[in-house]
Amino acid sequence: MKHLIGRWQTWAGFGVGAIVLFGLAPAVLSDFRLGLFAKFLCFAIVAVGIGLAWGRGGMLVLGQGVFFGLGGYIMGMHLKISDAALTNQDVPDFMQIAGVRELPGYWQPFASPVVTLVAIVVIPTGIAALLGLGVFKRRVKGAYFAILSQALAAALAILLIGQTSVGGSNGLTNFRTFFGFSLKDPVNKQMLYFIAAAVLLLSVAVARQLMQSRYGELLVAVRDGEERVRFLGYDPANIKVVAYVVAALFASIAGALFAPIVGFIAPSQVGILPSIAFLIGVAIGGRTTLLGPVLGAIGVAWAQTLLSERFPSEWTYAQGALFIIVVGFFPAGLAGLGVFLRRRKGKPDVGDGPAPDPASLPDPDPEPEKAGAKA
Amino acid sequence: MTELETEVHPEPAAGGNAGMGTQYLEVRGLTVDFDGFKAVSDVDLTLFQGDLRFLIGPNGAGKTTVIDAITGLVPATGSVSKSGQELLGKKVHQIARRGVGRTFQTATVFEQLTVLQNLDIAAGAGRSAWALLRRRSGILPAIEEALETTGLADLADKPAGVLAHGQKQWLEIGMLLVQNADVLLLDEPVAGMSHEEREETGNLLRRIGGERTVVVVEHDMDFMRAFATSVTVLARGQVIAEGTVAEVQANPRVQEVYLGTAAAGTDDLKEES
Repeated sequence: MKHLIGRWQTWAGFGVGAIVLFGLAPAVLSDFRLGLFAKFLCFAIVAVGIGLAWGRGGMLVLGQGVFFGLGGYIMGMHLKISDAALTNQDVPDFMQIAGVRELPGYWQPFASPVVTLVAIVVIPTGIAALLGLGVFKRRVKGAYFAILSQALAAALAILLIGQTSVGGSNGLTNFRTFFGFSLKDPVNKQMLYFIAAAVLLLSVAVARQLMQSRYGELLVAVRDGEERVRFLGYDPANIKVVAYVVAALFASIAGALFAPIVGFIAPSQVGILPSIAFLIGVAIGGRTTLLGPVLGAIGVAWAQTLLSERFPSEWTYAQGALFIIVVGFFPAGLAGLGVFLRRRKGKPDVGDGPAPDPASLPDPDPEPEKAGAKA
Repeated sequence: MTELETEVHPEPAAGGNAGMGTQYLEVRGLTVDFDGFKAVSDVDLTLFQGDLRFLIGPNGAGKTTVIDAITGLVPATGSVSKSGQELLGKKVHQIARRGVGRTFQTATVFEQLTVLQNLDIAAGAGRSAWALLRRRSGILPAIEEALETTGLADLADKPAGVLAHGQKQWLEIGMLLVQNADVLLLDEPVAGMSHEEREETGNLLRRIGGERTVVVVEHDMDFMRAFATSVTVLARGQVIAEGTVAEVQANPRVQEVYLGTAAAGTDDLKEES
């Protein structure tokens, strides 16, 4: 019975999400605002992955910009090549200005749409798997892992700035078409929004299945007692790498959608600052919950757009202050605050989700990687 | 193992109750060297199924280090073989998969997960990726049995973090049971427990010790006397005596070691704790 109610609630939840994303938002938002919302959904897709890796897995992934950028650049390269082909040019516009007459070798595979789509999935996940295994097998964790992933984001951003063949610090801009559809046409922009919304729902569904499966329980166990898990006969590195790879995949797909939606992909979307910005929404929303990261990411991005229109410089301070307050005083984020308030009212904690899941309750330990630092 | 044997629950006995035909752990010349300091030197231990062996000794005798070495936590030389399989040099999780389980001085359970989830994880080291990606449904018979054995059945859906100190230790022992470990290495399981909890833990060890090899590192001499079937005494990283409780207590070297370290020592080790 409980199981049936749980299943019903799940479908109802996804139904509400679908109505809001596919019905309500396009109806009430102007084309311009819908485009912005589509961008926020990209950040939300990244956030779902961070919620899994950081909230449930305890890995402070401070370098998701790397995977976001990889996905974005791969998509961007394909879009530039197709745009050039439309006007019968051999190379994209920015290369012509730079006097390049022949497409660089590493661009060529991305002329094919199929190769591009496969690469968006395979390249970031492959890198994440290799990196993850190398790092986790050596038991690098906690702050060291965070610093490493952040250094990687910085390194990739610097590398990209130096590469004129991918547009240097300007990145890839002025996309005109998306798989043959003109990006000037509002209908096609709306289609991109719908794709982003569908991908977000799908990524939430995948994350939900992972969190509620035995794997999800195991991941929380690894977060809270990596050594103990080892003595039960598991290799924690393999468990962590799965969450890390899934987070990388979501970030990559989000980047690949970001490029056509926003119209550019640049080193400024790859480095340390954007990587931290991804994290802020997740922390504020509640990193251990399923929907906290999504709502947090959308909320923070929305607030940033609204407020920075009016108070461009103050917003940065407000964002930083919010991050400090949440991490310092509400480590479980706003979602955790909700649970806390409900408890104070004395209401039992059911109805929160299909199955009361202790792993999603506020984390009493503000730093899940503390246990790792000790070992 | 036949149905009959599992029903009867054989009592633990000194030297084991099943002989060499079943599971055994053979430690030979185990040496742990921390940068020139020999925490454990040349330790030999032979443990048969059905033996409830207590490992005692003064502070710093190397008791926990012996367990750490057997379970792969610290590098060691010598040989540790479980029923003929060499364990030394294998990784922690590989040793665990070969049926050697351990607990820690401070109970380490997954506090955010329920008792049932803790046990389910302990039972799942051999699960396929496909099984892992699906939801837990129902309770495995082995877990049901462990809940009964450890007396935690009523608490199955409680987060492990709210359990009392003693219950956490029992949960850890339950996790070893479902993990299918036949060599159980328990590091001070009754430290910090009340008198009743000690009694219950001892009875629990008796219940599970008949079909497994159980090694208990302990400081509590009353507890040792009440439940041990055999005892090994360590001092300064070496085995100085081995035998039944009475034999060990009568051993002059053991008395000397304990008198030398315990300020209020008596000749029957009573005050050492």
